[in-house]
Amino acid sequence: MQLETTGVSLTSVTLFAPMVGFFILLFLNKLSDERIKWGALITSLITLGFSILLLAQFKSDETGLQSEHIAEWIPTFGIYYHVGIDGISIWLVMLTTFIMPLAILISFNMIHERIRLYYLFMLLIEFAMLGVFVAQDMFLFYVFWELTLVPMYFLIGIWGGEERRYAAVKFFLYTMAGSILMLLAILWLGNEAGTFDVKVITEMVQSGTLSFSTDTERLLFLGFFIAFAIKVPLWPLHSWLPDAHVQAPTAGSIILAGILLKLGTYGLIRFNLGFFPNASADFAPWIAALAVIGIIYGAWVAYAQTDVKKLVAYTSVSHLGFVVLGIFSLTSSGVQGAVLQMVNHGISTGGLFALVGILYDRRHTKAINAFGGIWKVMPVFSGIALVISLSSMGLPSMNGFVGEFTILLGSASSEVLSIWFTAVATLGVILAAVYTLFMFNKVFMGPLDKKENQELEDLTWSKNWTELGALVPLVIMIFVIGLYPSPFFELMDGSVGHLVNFVHTVAVAGK
Amino acid sequence: MFSTPTFDELNIWAALPMIALALGTCILLVADLFIPKDKKVYTAVLAGIGLGVSLLIALLQASGVEIGDKSTAFEGIFVVDQFTHVVNVISLMAGIIGIMVSYDYLERTGTERGEFYTLILFSTLGAMLMGSSRNLVMIFIALELLSIPLYILSGFRRPMLESEESAMKYFLLGAFSSGFLVYGIALIYGATGSFELVNVWQTAVDILEGKGAGQFTLLIGIAMVLIALGFKVGAVPFHMWQPDVYQGAPTPVTAFMSVTAKTGGFAAMLRVLVTGLAVVSASQGKAIDVWQDSVQVIAVLTLILGNFVAITQTDLKRMLAYSSIAHGGYILIAIAAGGTFGVGDSSAQAALVYLMAYTFTNIGAFAVVIALERSERNTITLNDTKGLAQHSPMLAAAMTIFMLSLTGVPLTAGFIGKFFVFKAALEANLEVLAVIGVLASVVSAYYYLRIIVNMYMVEGDAHPVSEKQPLALRSALWLTAMGTLILGILPYIMTDLARDVTLAIVGR
Repeated sequence: MQLETTGVSLTSVTLFAPMVGFFILLFLNKLSDERIKWGALITSLITLGFSILLLAQFKSDETGLQSEHIAEWIPTFGIYYHVGIDGISIWLVMLTTFIMPLAILISFNMIHERIRLYYLFMLLIEFAMLGVFVAQDMFLFYVFWELTLVPMYFLIGIWGGEERRYAAVKFFLYTMAGSILMLLAILWLGNEAGTFDVKVITEMVQSGTLSFSTDTERLLFLGFFIAFAIKVPLWPLHSWLPDAHVQAPTAGSIILAGILLKLGTYGLIRFNLGFFPNASADFAPWIAALAVIGIIYGAWVAYAQTDVKKLVAYTSVSHLGFVVLGIFSLTSSGVQGAVLQMVNHGISTGGLFALVGILYDRRHTKAINAFGGIWKVMPVFSGIALVISLSSMGLPSMNGFVGEFTILLGSASSEVLSIWFTAVATLGVILAAVYTLFMFNKVFMGPLDKKENQELEDLTWSKNWTELGALVPLVIMIFVIGLYPSPFFELMDGSVGHLVNFVHTVAVAGK
Repeated sequence: MFSTPTFDELNIWAALPMIALALGTCILLVADLFIPKDKKVYTAVLAGIGLGVSLLIALLQASGVEIGDKSTAFEGIFVVDQFTHVVNVISLMAGIIGIMVSYDYLERTGTERGEFYTLILFSTLGAMLMGSSRNLVMIFIALELLSIPLYILSGFRRPMLESEESAMKYFLLGAFSSGFLVYGIALIYGATGSFELVNVWQTAVDILEGKGAGQFTLLIGIAMVLIALGFKVGAVPFHMWQPDVYQGAPTPVTAFMSVTAKTGGFAAMLRVLVTGLAVVSASQGKAIDVWQDSVQVIAVLTLILGNFVAITQTDLKRMLAYSSIAHGGYILIAIAAGGTFGVGDSSAQAALVYLMAYTFTNIGAFAVVIALERSERNTITLNDTKGLAQHSPMLAAAMTIFMLSLTGVPLTAGFIGKFFVFKAALEANLEVLAVIGVLASVVSAYYYLRIIVNMYMVEGDAHPVSEKQPLALRSALWLTAMGTLILGILPYIMTDLARDVTLAIVGR
């Protein structure tokens, strides 16, 4: 199928901005370490700038793609370079461009070895993740999807902790095993549809010109689903996550939790819901069951951890369970809540990993028992930690609450899920309060009885501006989303509504 | 009876790339006599020029310049179509890069003899002819032209024991497989009365539909040809020679033959199976499948054995030997897809794209081994790659690109190859084979990643390798690494070349 090619759009500019910095750092090999760091930071800030422009010119009354750029890539096989954004992907693009400068900034004083290579991989992973969110061609999507693996593999394997090699290889193999089945699904779907273009296939599915037998649809659904479920990670496919999170360097964990996991949930919305409405409705209760098990399991296991970083890692399993529950409630508010919660989780869990990283940098331990009474020596740091922890557990007036509440609202009103899913998931909210407060209590409150802890110095702008510079924007966003969420919903309303309506008419209403 | 065909009837210009190369090789053979022993660099350059001229002509032909006016030459035994052009380009590229990685090695090991280049050129010519034969006898001659120089090249480091052993083993087993080929050809001739692939196909259709005698003879003949070609490409269970030969042969020879022997073998296999024994959908309403199941089984065995045994290897060359067995398995997937009616062309295209990608990547990986061997040691174990990124970052970066490409990670040529292979398999409704193929590539990721882990994530106890590689080797490393990346990012360079490949004879 032939597509009309278009000129360069702002989406492409945003996407390739990190690569410009990448090549500058790659070819100017005489740069000092300081300049490399600043080069990477400035590149990511410029990318953020472009993405803000993208947001500014986003038209919220349109449901389709905006700022598209289509160019020929392998035209003989119907493969195009096609990028564009809609109300769902714009927020994930924003999340990526927002988190990346912070992750780069916090690395300034934490990474001392092979600096050039490190920042090259940081820019490469930003490019790859942005690519996943804007790609509108399945081939292109897959290229970016797999490309995220390579820099993250190196980030964990080179700059990670003790068990970094094991964690890096496990991360790579686990995710590749899932995604390579998706490749088959993509090829199969491409052969059936005669095109790899996401937009065209979505239109074909929605207009009924492309339909599958029940078995084919289910197999294709599963092909995509397994890849995304591993990335999310959905229980019981989460076992790569604690290893990768714990071993990754601080910025690696921030990126992993903050952005990389959302690749999976984004894929579920874009492909599973968009292409296979019937299978989505059929499988919804099963997937929601896995999500709810993940919510409880993640919370329970998090509570049992003795290592702060591992605790935070397991909270991701729990939080992402909410997102998946929201998506497979197949309701408008469920999906909207899920998209917002992806952003929220990126901010709050990214923040938690930054906090853990800062502590580890000073104390060289992550054992919960090694801490206690930190508030007394580090009041500013602890204050920020309190805000981020409360946001993570979903306290009203902060971002986490808005997301979780909307998701639960969606799942409660869902026609495919029974009310029990919502009931058990709500229990997860309570458990989140338990493990978060438990952790906060053990680390920051109580007597300051350990000698090493008494020598800790608080964060100050003059000495620790990189750490503060990374944390403060997160705190600001926590309150912005928490107190004034409506612009976020308004922008995604059109796209989500369109998608959910379609799924609803095809699959839910008829049953 | 026989009238002597005229020059025009033979249409000899169509074979110009081969003729140019053959002439060049003969000139080289003579010229080398006058080149003093310490100036063998001239021989290498001359050989490179010979290949280059031939490549230029082949590229001109491939891009549509008419040289010679008919699609067949030499009374139909030689065919000039897009398939021929692509096989020519692949073989010649392999030859050129092969020479680039050889020169310094020969100088260093004191095996600098002019015949080396002549043999490389002859072998390249053999691979090219295998891609252009449409006659079983011609395939046999081409196969011998490809193989015999390789036997000699494997033993080129005489009196090193491993090298001699490798040559002997390769020769004995290779001779045995040639026997199979000849016998198979004889049986096919006995059943169909022809050597011409098109005639074989037409008669075979009748025989398989039950309209003629000799079905059993035909099937045995096909099986024997398949075994012989399977031996050439190192398909399981005919792969036994490959690890020993690859390990023992001089490394540049291994690099060259890992690509050229496969190119020739697979080209011939595609010609024989897809043109000569194309699936018939026609008269009885359903396709007659002669060889698809067998090729599928061989592909699965090859993938599983190649990948799993590679995991246990500690010698880098031996690991790459098993890895190249495994890569043969992916090409076999493409060929198996050609057994479904209507998929023959996609199957040939996928196999060629895969071979192109594999050529750059695999020679590149062996070039890194050659660079590592410069620290005057003959065996490179996986441990020798430890810490490589610290003392020679460029070499490590190049190796990373090759390993990722062999794994099939996007933006490298290897991914594009896998993409088209699996696409062809799904078009042919071979879902199970495709699933086994992708799972095998996850297994392969394990041992390729291990090298990256060693290079980047382990402190080096390895002997430092000098970052300064000799010019020819360095250029070869650049060429293959950049080639791997560029073909991965701009795959249309490969796919446009392969797009017009048509092999299948559509049913009657």
